[in-house]
Amino acid sequence: MNEATLTYYPSRDFKANARAALADSNLRASFRGAMDFLMGKRAAQFPDAHELAELRKLGEAIRQKSLAKLPELLEQLEAKLTENGVTVHWAETTEEANAIVHGLIAAKGGKLAVKGKSMVSEETELNHYLEARGMTAIESDMGEYIVQLAGEKPSHIIMPAIHKTRADIARLFSEHIPGTPYTEDVDALIQIGRQALRQMYVSADVGISGVNFAIAETGTLCLVENEGNGRMCTTVPDMHIAITGIEKVIEKLSDVVPLYSLLTRSATGQPVTTYFNMISGPRRPGEKDGPREVHLVLLDNGRSQAYSDEQLRKTLQCIRCGACMNHCPVYTRIGGHAYGTVYPGPIGEIISPHMLGLENTVDLPTASSLCGACGEVCPVKIPIPEMLMRLREESVRDPHEKVAHPLRGQGAGVDKEVKLAWRLWTGLYSKPGYYRLFGWAATRLRGLTPRHQLGWTQNHVPMKPAPKTLHELMRERRKETGR
Amino acid sequence: MSQKRPPADVYFFGTCLIDVFQPQAGLDAVTLIEREGVRVHYPDAQSCCGQPAYTSGEVAAARRVARAQLDLFPEAWPIVVPSGSCAGMMKHHWPTLFAGTPDEARAKEVAGRIVEFADFLLNTLDWQPTDLGQPLTLAVHTSCSARREMNTHVNGWALIDRLANVKRVVHEREAECCGFGGVFSVRHPDIAGAMVADKAAALKDSGAAQFVTADCGCMMNINGKLAKDGDTFAGEHLATFLLKRTGGAA
Repeated sequence: MNEATLTYYPSRDFKANARAALADSNLRASFRGAMDFLMGKRAAQFPDAHELAELRKLGEAIRQKSLAKLPELLEQLEAKLTENGVTVHWAETTEEANAIVHGLIAAKGGKLAVKGKSMVSEETELNHYLEARGMTAIESDMGEYIVQLAGEKPSHIIMPAIHKTRADIARLFSEHIPGTPYTEDVDALIQIGRQALRQMYVSADVGISGVNFAIAETGTLCLVENEGNGRMCTTVPDMHIAITGIEKVIEKLSDVVPLYSLLTRSATGQPVTTYFNMISGPRRPGEKDGPREVHLVLLDNGRSQAYSDEQLRKTLQCIRCGACMNHCPVYTRIGGHAYGTVYPGPIGEIISPHMLGLENTVDLPTASSLCGACGEVCPVKIPIPEMLMRLREESVRDPHEKVAHPLRGQGAGVDKEVKLAWRLWTGLYSKPGYYRLFGWAATRLRGLTPRHQLGWTQNHVPMKPAPKTLHELMRERRKETGR
Repeated sequence: MSQKRPPADVYFFGTCLIDVFQPQAGLDAVTLIEREGVRVHYPDAQSCCGQPAYTSGEVAAARRVARAQLDLFPEAWPIVVPSGSCAGMMKHHWPTLFAGTPDEARAKEVAGRIVEFADFLLNTLDWQPTDLGQPLTLAVHTSCSARREMNTHVNGWALIDRLANVKRVVHEREAECCGFGGVFSVRHPDIAGAMVADKAAALKDSGAAQFVTADCGCMMNINGKLAKDGDTFAGEHLATFLLKRTGGAA
């Protein structure tokens, strides 16, 4: 797991990545199969459309209320956590977050960290950062463990190793875990992984986890998981460091119930998960277990940019269920790595530009037919297609234009030829006389229709105008019928 | 049924794709409506709803083109649109597009009168056809706008189910996008190509003799792909199909 084996998928190469993924029939079959399975599981959890609609409305309201009060809720959260004995750290950038975590481990003279699943730590590339400084971070979520062994990144936020076949995993385990024979038996593989990880909890100096919900009212960190590794990471080692984004705060304990239900049912199609952890501080006097120190790192990393714009703020409602990916016809076909970002799929297309700038993610908001499947299933009703269109607008906006809340990379998608084409189009389509002339000419010159029409003719026969436009046919009809 | 009293007059907004590429579909929709005793008015100055620019982030361009349509519907008649995505643009996105501009109120008023063709035929006219065609198995592709924005996909099904000799079959992943998405299919041809290949295959594998759709973009996308592959299986606009099954013009 050194630098050389880390596979990086830059989002600037999105089109080439997508092309490569589309040509990989194994990858396509595994994503299609897995997404069909997850869609089926989710659908089975929501048999009552009315209940789903009401629950989504509630989820949306809770998240919007939390975001509306975000600054004061964060202050309240910090105060409550401090009261509970948890130390709160603030990080504006990924570098700052990593430095905080590294500093905490170093101060204890620690070397080994065992991690529960955390997408925010993927965002900061924490493992890499720690390893470059002589520490080891071991992923304990089975999927994360597999991608870590492979030197890759997660391809799905809930199912990180969904792109791996059984044979891939068998090979990885036999190569990387000493004394492991090659086996494709799923139960055996899970046992091998669990045994290898079990040792880590005992020897680790620190446990690192993510957070699903941070409750301001009580100063509680909630962790949703299925494997029990999250509970082990946060209770066995002497120190627990939680890391999460600033948007994860919610106001009240009672807000958790509907959000948790929406999360598990939308994500994996489970009514509840196997584990639900509520962490309210370190070991108290007289208690026999639990960490002696608990820290929370709250990361911004571009979230403030989304927050400052009233429309784009809705992006932060996300509870990271992954349903938008599972239902996306684009994600289903190209998988997560093609996006080149930590968060792939529809949510990745709308959140990554805030983290990385539009200049590094310019293709992502365009990688959607705007079919609306993502927005339809989003448990907290983020209008994802609307966000995509807004980001497209910002990416073709004149980079020098002054706007109230400029986005990083404004104008990164400006292409002079395309701009000229739109000007031409606007001139023709906004003036009836020109437009009719254009229609007449296009139909009369239909024999001259180009055989190559940009990307269209890659998949289609050329678009060929009809012999007469509807305008002409209607005029003829009026003459005939006298109306 | 919740049908209203049929209006005596309606406007028809043909859409730019139908105008230049599939005018017969537009004409067939007009014929069907007039056959029910409704006068159809086709404003000659119409061009496009602005959707291609709008979904490309070119909001100012979209607004200019859309504004050129706002004056074309002075009477309080319904405006029938034979395409789900254009109807969705006019009904749901025009109010946003013109929000905060002097045209806002006018845009909202016009948007309030937009009605998608299948919706109009079924719910306003309560179309009761006599099917004159041979027995046929048919697949239906509904555009995503019609399905998710306009909620009118059930109308197309209901209209077809009123044809006694037509058996409507469901194709695999019927709710999935065909990969058109306007500029998307040109900008991301690899991804869009994979999507349309799957959609075309699903429609063919459904056992249907042909398919219909009420959205010209989807139709050109799927038919263009099938033709490129040299396939004889093809689709028609819903209006063309319904008119053919019921004896053409009165």
